[in-house]
This record gives sequence, C-alpha cells and structure tokens, in this order.
Amino acid sequence: MLSVENIYKRYADNKVLRGVSLKVNQGEVVAVIGPSGSGKSTLLRCLIDLERVDEGRIIVGGETLVDTQAQGYAEKTALRRIILKMGFVFQSFNLFPHFTVLKNVTEAQERVLKRGRQEARDYALQVLGKVGLSDKASEYPYMLSGGQQQRVAIARALAMDPQMLCFDEPTSALDPLLTQEVLRVIKGLAEENRTMLVVTHEMAFAREVADRVVYMQDGVVRCEGTPEEVFSHPEVLAFTSQTPQPE
Amino acid sequence: MCSLPFFGKRFYPMKYLNNPDRLASLLAQLWQGLGVTMSLFGYTLLFSLPLGLVLALMRMSRNKAVRYPVQLFILVMRGTPLILQVFTVYFVLPMIFGTAFERLTAVVIAFVMNYAAYFAEIYRGGVQAVPEGQREAAHVLGFTRGQAFVRIILPQLIKRIVLPVSNEVITLVKDTALVTAVGMVELYRVARNAASTVGSLEPLFIAGAIYLIINAVISFLFDRANRYFAYYQG
Repeated sequence: MLSVENIYKRYADNKVLRGVSLKVNQGEVVAVIGPSGSGKSTLLRCLIDLERVDEGRIIVGGETLVDTQAQGYAEKTALRRIILKMGFVFQSFNLFPHFTVLKNVTEAQERVLKRGRQEARDYALQVLGKVGLSDKASEYPYMLSGGQQQRVAIARALAMDPQMLCFDEPTSALDPLLTQEVLRVIKGLAEENRTMLVVTHEMAFAREVADRVVYMQDGVVRCEGTPEEVFSHPEVLAFTSQTPQPE
Repeated sequence: MCSLPFFGKRFYPMKYLNNPDRLASLLAQLWQGLGVTMSLFGYTLLFSLPLGLVLALMRMSRNKAVRYPVQLFILVMRGTPLILQVFTVYFVLPMIFGTAFERLTAVVIAFVMNYAAYFAEIYRGGVQAVPEGQREAAHVLGFTRGQAFVRIILPQLIKRIVLPVSNEVITLVKDTALVTAVGMVELYRVARNAASTVGSLEPLFIAGAIYLIINAVISFLFDRANRYFAYYQG
C-alpha cells in the first residue's frame, strides 16, 4: 500500500530524515514511535506532500508520489489524486472553525469528490455516527471538547474514503481522559482492517493495536518488527523507560 | 482680532443658527458638497477594497518579480502624503498621457491607489493570522489552492479584518477633505467658503457634525458586521 524508500530531508543544516525506508501493507496497522525530534512527524508529513523530500522515493497504492532518481514529484493532478488516497489526522485537529461539524465533513466531499449535497450529507452523518458524534452535527468546532474535535477530524478524513489513514500524534494535544476516547475510535478502525500509519507517544496503544512497530531516532529507523520484538529491543527499552507510562 | 464662538470680548454673534433662511441655503450647499464627498468615498471603497486583495496576493507571491514591485508600490503609497499623491495624479499624469483627467476621476485614482495599499497590508495581516494548519488541512483533503483560499481562508480572513478595515474606512471619510487642495468643491470646501464669506465658524462646525454622523453610521455597521462573525471562534 505504501512504500517509502530511502528518503532524506533537511532544513538548512538540520538533517531530519537520513535515509528512512518504510513499508505499510494493505490492512496493516503500523505505529511509529521514538523520541521528540526523531523525524517521525516529518516522515508522515512527507507522505502527504506537506513537506518535500530532498531524496528518495515514495509510492502510494502503486502510484509514485516522488522519485528523486526519476521524474521527481508527480505533476499537480496526479499529486492530488495520490494525496487523496490517504486520510490525514493532525495533532492539532485543524478543523475549519467557520463550518459546522457537518460542513467540516461534507465540504471536501462536495468540492473535491463532487458528491451531491444529499449524498455527502448522508455519508457525513454515517461517519460521524461511527465516531459517536452524529448528535453534534450542527455545532461549531469551538463548542466541542478536544477529544470530540479530534473525532470530527477523523470523520472528516474517513468521509473521503481514503485507502489508508495517517495519524500524526493524534492524542498529543489531549488530556489523558480525552486521549482514551480518541484511541478507542482509532482502535475501532484498526479492527475494520483499515491500513493505518500512526505516529504516537502512546506506547500501550502502539503495543496493543499495531501489527508492526517502527522505532525512529535521529532521523533513521533504528528497529522495526512486531510490538513484542520492538518493545524488548534494548534501545527501545531505554527510550520507553524514560517515558512516563499512564498504565 | 479673532472671534471664537461663545467667547471673546463680546458675545459671539451667531450668523447662521439664528437665521433660518441663511441656514437653509447653507445646508443646501452643504448637501451638494456632501454628494461630491460621498461619491469620492464610494468610488474609492468600491475599487480599493478588491484592488487591495489583488495587491495582497501579489505581495505574498513566491515570485519575486511579482512581489517586489508591489512591495515598493505599497511603501511609496503608505510612505508619502496622500495630498502629494493627489497632486501627482492630478497634475503630473496629464503631462505624461497628454490628456486631462476629469477632476473626480484623477482624485479617485489617487485615493484608490493609496487606500488599496493600506487594505493590502490589512489583508496580508489577516491571511497570516489564519493558522497554517487550515491550509494544511485543506491540502490533505484535496482542495486546490484556489478552493482553499475561497472556501477556507477568505471567510476566516474577513472575520479578522473587519475592525482594522473599519479604521481605514473612517479615516477615508475624513481624508476626502484633502481634495480641496486641487480645487474640488466638496463638503469641507463648501463649509470653508461659507465660513470665510460670512466670517463665522458655524459652517465648519456643522460640516464637522455631518462627518461625525457619517462615521457614527459606519461605526455602527462595522460593529454589526463584527458581531455577525462572532458565531464561531478561532
């Protein structure tokens, strides 16, 4: 589904990604963990063209987003098509504050996928039901808790029928209680066999939900494997022992 | 020597407020002057508000060949006196183009350029105040840059610029008095003429009251607009 090959990214002198490779197979849930500044979020942002790689290749669902050895970045329309294969959930939600919850979920369906108003509305209510928020459809984002806002953001991504979902530290802006309600939703999606790539600091969650865990540090993948393998790796143990664990 | 209203050696003699006929004819003249003032005001807003947006977008362009000239234009428009710009357009442009501009046209051109420069910077500030995450969210949902601007950025921009724009609009009402310098007879000029003919400050104060009333209405309308956008936060 997703193949990242040897990507490099630097900002001025700061080499954020130094040859990262990663594969996500159909139906697989991959968690990316690692200390702050290890390049996890940058990696994720490169997949969706929020950042541009300096070197490397990214292939999404058989289409090349970028290949610096060949044609570079895909042209505009292809790029948008590839981006639409992925749903993206931000740490800071980034809901549209001037739209109601419903409109947040219908807007891109109507404008980008050209779905009819009624169809977009019905589908929006369906995905909002999935995240448990159909009763909030007519409210504005500022009226909701952080956890609810993040669930709306998940619904907004789901409504575009992406082949894969990317989560960029989806609970880092939330308190522990709200974190759990968002994690439950993500777990529910994992159980539907959706393809997901989750950057997270929630170790217990990664251990429980991920099929595979990738540990990054200093812009490279230090180890990857099943949760059991990765969480027993000495470097990962050293990292996780520094992180306070909620459970 | 000088006759201040209500003060001085003798009680200041009223020349308009106690003379209904004279007052009526003054008001009729002021009304005509007000027409000129309001058409300058209206045309300036009509053209400078959208032109400001174009300038703001050019000012934010990634292309230096687009950005730098606009930056220079805004610097000059904001950095030199409006009255000088009015003179320039009124006297210099006819020399260049070889045709005289109609007085109102020339003055409107100068005002539009000046106000568009200010509006451009207000818009630019508003665009920058919309969080980057909004653009990013629009991008990952597949919106084109144009769609993202019109549907996502612009509505949030408008909320943020209502109050700074109201400042400029109010200033514009008063700035219209500057065109007296090129001989246009508008509200202030009518009042000044009347004041010097009869030797009384009353016409000027009446004109002042008219400016105040216009700006009270404008303040009220912008306040309403500001409250309208309170339906969401962020």
